[in-house]
Parts: sequence; C-alpha cells; structure tokens
Amino acid sequence: MWNTIFPYLLTGISVGGQYALIAIGYTMVYGILRLINFAHGDVFMVAGIVMVYMAASGMPLWLCIPLVLIVTALVGFLIERVAYKPLRSAPRMSAMISAIGVSYTLQNLVLYITGGLNQLYPTIPWISDSVTLFGATTKMVTLVTPVLTILLVVGLVLLINHTKIGMAMRAVSRDFETSQLMGIKINSVISMTFVIGTFLAGVASILYFTNYTTVIQTSGAMPGLKAFVAAVFGGIGSIPGAVVGAFIIGIAENIIKGLDIILFKLGVIASPIGLATFSDAFTFALLIVILAVKPTGLFGEKTTDKV
Amino acid sequence: MNNALSKKKMDSATIITAAIVLCFYVAVFIAEQFIAPTSMLFTVLKKGATYALVAVSMNLLNGFTGIFSLGQAGFMLIGAYVYGIFTIPVASRLDVYQYYNGGLVQFVLPWFVAMLLAGLVAAFFAFLIGMPVLRLKSDYLAIASLGFAEIIRAVMQWDKLGPITNGSNMLRLFPAFNDFNIKNADGQVTVYLSTLVPLLIAGLCIFVIILLINSTFGRALKAIRDDEIAAEAMGIRLASHKRLAFCISSFFAGVGGAMLAMYQTTVQAKGFTTAMTYEILLIVVIGGIGSVTGSCISSFLFVAASEWWLRFLDQKQMIGDFEVPLLRNGFRLVVFSIIIMVVVLFFRKGIMGTRELPDLIRGIGRKNKRPTNGRTEGVRSEGLAARNPRPTNSEDAGRNNKGAAAK
Repeated sequence: MWNTIFPYLLTGISVGGQYALIAIGYTMVYGILRLINFAHGDVFMVAGIVMVYMAASGMPLWLCIPLVLIVTALVGFLIERVAYKPLRSAPRMSAMISAIGVSYTLQNLVLYITGGLNQLYPTIPWISDSVTLFGATTKMVTLVTPVLTILLVVGLVLLINHTKIGMAMRAVSRDFETSQLMGIKINSVISMTFVIGTFLAGVASILYFTNYTTVIQTSGAMPGLKAFVAAVFGGIGSIPGAVVGAFIIGIAENIIKGLDIILFKLGVIASPIGLATFSDAFTFALLIVILAVKPTGLFGEKTTDKV
Repeated sequence: MNNALSKKKMDSATIITAAIVLCFYVAVFIAEQFIAPTSMLFTVLKKGATYALVAVSMNLLNGFTGIFSLGQAGFMLIGAYVYGIFTIPVASRLDVYQYYNGGLVQFVLPWFVAMLLAGLVAAFFAFLIGMPVLRLKSDYLAIASLGFAEIIRAVMQWDKLGPITNGSNMLRLFPAFNDFNIKNADGQVTVYLSTLVPLLIAGLCIFVIILLINSTFGRALKAIRDDEIAAEAMGIRLASHKRLAFCISSFFAGVGGAMLAMYQTTVQAKGFTTAMTYEILLIVVIGGIGSVTGSCISSFLFVAASEWWLRFLDQKQMIGDFEVPLLRNGFRLVVFSIIIMVVVLFFRKGIMGTRELPDLIRGIGRKNKRPTNGRTEGVRSEGLAARNPRPTNSEDAGRNNKGAAAK
C-alpha cells in the first residue's frame, strides 16, 4: 500500500514545489495590479528554452544557471514595460487581453526559433542523479525542490516584511492610488514584482525541466494554469497560500495519475478505468469548487464591494 | 431624441447594408462556379465563416454583456462532437469506432438537425456550467470558464466514454462542406455550393444574434455591461439575463463547432485547446469589442492573413540574388502576433470600435451632405451621439472598476 503510493506522493511534492515557485509570480502580480498575468507560464517556458540554447552554445553549466535566471528576470521586466505599463489606466480587461497577446507572441516566437521541435534539456549534474529513498527510485531534483522552494519562500517573506521595497509592495497592493500619493514610486515597485516573480519562475523551470527533459513552445501553458489555480486556491495575493495550494495541487494531481494502479493494487477495481485522463481536469474542478464555496481561497483576505 | 428621424435614417442605412450583404453572397456564388474549388479564397471564406460565427457569439458575451468568458473552445468542442457523433453514416461506424465495435449510436440524423442539436447540447452544458461560474466576478469568471473548457476536453477523451465519443481517437467520415455541392448522376459537380452554404448558415446565425442585440433583451444586456448595479436597480434581473446570454452564446459556439468539424472533416478533442479560445478572443479584440461587423470583418482578415496572405513569410524569398533574411517556417506567426500586440496596445478600439456597418454608411451619408446643407447641425450632433455613446461610458466603467479594485 505505502510502497504503491509513496513514489506518486514524492513526485507530487516535487511538482508541487515547482508550481509553488511559479504561483508566487501570479499571486504577487495579482496582488499589486489585479491582473492575471497569462504570460507567466510562457516566461517559465522561455526560461527553459534559453537554458537549452545557452548550454548548446558550449557555455559551462555553472555559468548558464545564473545567466538564465538573469535573462528570465529581464524578460519579465521587459514584458511589464512594453505590454502592461501603457495600459495602466485602461480598463482591467485590456491588460488581461494584452497578457493573452503576450502569451501568444512568446509561444509563436519560440515556435519560430526552435522550429516547433522538442528541445532536449541539458542534464545538470548532481540534481539529475538517481537516488533511492524508502524503496522508491527518483532523481535528486525531487528531493531538492521542496527544500529549495521553502528556502526561497522564507527569503521572499523576509524581503517583503523587513525591507523598504517589501513595505512598498505591501502598501501598493493594499491601495494603489494612496500609495502613489504617499510618494511610492509605483513603476519601480511593479517592475520589482515582475523581476522577483519571473526570477522564481526561472528557478522553477530549471527544476521542472530537469525532471521532464524536453521543452516545446506549449510546455509552459499547463504548469502556468495550474500554478494560477494554486494561487487562487491559497487565496490570491497571499504568498504562503500560494505555496500551500501548489503543494496540495501537485500531490493531488500525481495521486490521480497513479490512482488506477493504486486502486487496482488495493483491489477496489478489477481493471484500469483510465482515471489518469482527469489529472488536469481535477485541478480545474478544484478551482471551480473553491471559487463557488470560498472565493477568497484558503488564506485570502475578505474584500467588500463598494458601490 | 427625435425618434421618427433616426428611425427613417436607420431604415435607409439598413437597406444599404442588406444590399451589401446580398451582393457579397451573389459574388461568392458566382465566384464559386468559375474559380477552381482548390483556390485559397474558398478555404478562407469557409474557415472565416466559421470563425465569424464563433467570434460574434463570444462578442455577445464579452462585448455586449460584459461577461468575460474564456470557455468558447469547450462549447465548440461539444458542438463538433455532437455533430460528428450523430452524422457519421451507419455503414462507416465500424471503421471510425474501430476500437469500440462501431460505437453505441447506430442511427443518423440529417446534418441540419445534428447542427441544431450541437447548439442545444452546448447550450445545456452552458446552463449547467453557468450556475456556479456566472456568480463570479470578471477575471475569476474568465479563469473558471477556461477551466471548464479544459475539463470538457478531458472528459471527451476518457476511454470509458469511447463507445460514444471514440475516446481520444478522431471522429471522421461525417458530411462536410464539400457534400453541399450538387452532383449529377456521374458524380460530377454541377453546382458548387460548398462555400455558399456555410456562409449562409453563419449569416443566418449572426442575423439572429443581431436581432437579439437590438431587442429589449439586448438592451438589458448592454445595461448590465455598462453598470451592473444601476441595471439591477432599474429592475433587470442580473442572474437570469446573464444565464440566458451565456446559454445563447454557447448555442452559437456549438453550431460554430459543428461548422468547424465540417470544415476540418475530422474532429479530435486534442485540438480544442485554450489557444483556440485565445485566437477567437484576439479576433474579437481586433474587430472591436462590441461590434458584430467588426468581429465578422476581423475573422475573415485573421483567417486570410494567417492562411493565405502571410504564407510567403514562411518560405525563403529571393529579391534578385538577395535572400531575404529571417524568412523561414514560423515567421508568419511571429509577424502576426506582433501585429496583434500593436492592435492591443495602440488601437484598443480595434477596426470598428463599437460601430456597425449601418453606422458607417450613415457617417458617409453625413459627410456628403455637410458642404451643401448648413442646417444639418441638429442631425449631426444626434448622429455623433448615437455613433459614439459608449466609449466614454465604458471608460468610466473601467475607471470605476479600477477604483473599486484599488479600494
């Protein structure tokens, strides 16, 4: 029983950590701009592609990794400046449409560069090594991810609670206009938010693609959507909420992927019934249930509508 | 408002619009008889008609009701599957459902009944989905409807539903657009109708949507879009109006899905991704959110540009001895997405803004009159008010929204 479930649980925790890192980008941007940044998942994919091309150019990996993170953060910064800043005073839907446009552009750009073929992700030593834990064989990255995720999140929470820029971020997310009146430079705060969010997405992409080994222009869409669901699940705008939500979704998704085998071994069902098809659908079902029952998520603040 | 005057003016403009549409149909009919059926023109017209219908149905929600739904691909998927399932000839079923012993459904419906059913089933699902989803606000609604589209896609691919949906295998061999051609006994085509009929179907559906938009119901929807709270205070029942709009939009998306199935000649759940919804949303945005004419024009432009006019960007081109750099597979889409971003960022009103074709004709009529007639002042200001009533409103609404969000 335990031996059957454990590998799925392990993968779930690992994937959950990767979703968490992406989800933080969503939740921070939404907290400040009230914008679902549909392009965030694609930035995650672009980070993967940049890594592929850098490694292919013969650069040593210890140099590639920091460079990839810097480039990713730069991409996030540029997207905000080009596509969202001009629309700051426009209706909210315009910015969302712009985000969809950016997502479409990034995917097509990568399609053009790669020719639409699966790109093999470089093997990063140590974290790609196999390890055996309680009888389950897995890659080192599976164990590294949750630890690294927790460390980064703790760092981020410290940044937000104890630095000047963090204080500015909290102020802006509380009240956009008043914080402007108080002399906070909105543009630099928003840029900083995008830089942090995309930097974490870059870290997530290194961990995620080490596990899945190939990158294609559409490989950012699903993880992106799931991370967004995680952010909503945890209460959008709340960083601990996004992390908890991401771990729950990652674990649930992987358990469902293996549910056929688990149930079969437990003797509940006689033959496989193809439940793995629903691993993606489950995430969205969860989203809809949460939105219907508790729209503010697990840790979200309650908001009241003013007329 | 001078009602009699505006009504009279609308009549003549409407007649001219109807004449333009009629001329278009006649031109298509004649072109189809004389130009080779393999011409890209017909591909564009067929696919364009399909996309126009779906784009208008999305516009009904996003542009006229202010419900930002991203579930269109899901409803198209339902429509396409319902159409496919009920029209595959019984004789071909063993071939198509090869892993499921010919499937469960062993009868065939005429194509138009199946198409209608496609719309109805999509509308029924919209009714079910609408119950939880329509209670949500703006972006939450968008993401929830997108989630439903993904769930529908997963369910359709489920192995256990295979006897009905053929699992993740494709549905094929159902009647397609080419079967509209009238053939003689030898199997030779005598009258080409394969482009005209889809255009007529789309035209009919869009006409119904236009009637709906101009009815009391349509005005209530516009009131909801401009200000929900004020609309509710005026006695419009929000829940039932939104639900009905959602169902109607999904009905036409379902019919559009059936048309897409006919266009593609095969259907597979895998193809109806969120990318398809995004594409349709971008068509609506390019045409102008809140303009039926805009959605129609931009869907033909969108399809023509992506399937035909920009094709040359995907191949190597030589000017004399000089090889144009950058041109290779996929460049078309890059250029295309940059154009879209430019429209989204700098021409936010799209091609038509919120105007329709009759408004344009009225505008031209006014321009011609102005130099000779000094006493059109009253008419002109009224015309301007009628032409441009919304942008200010919607911008106000946007600002209000933002204010509320910030608080």
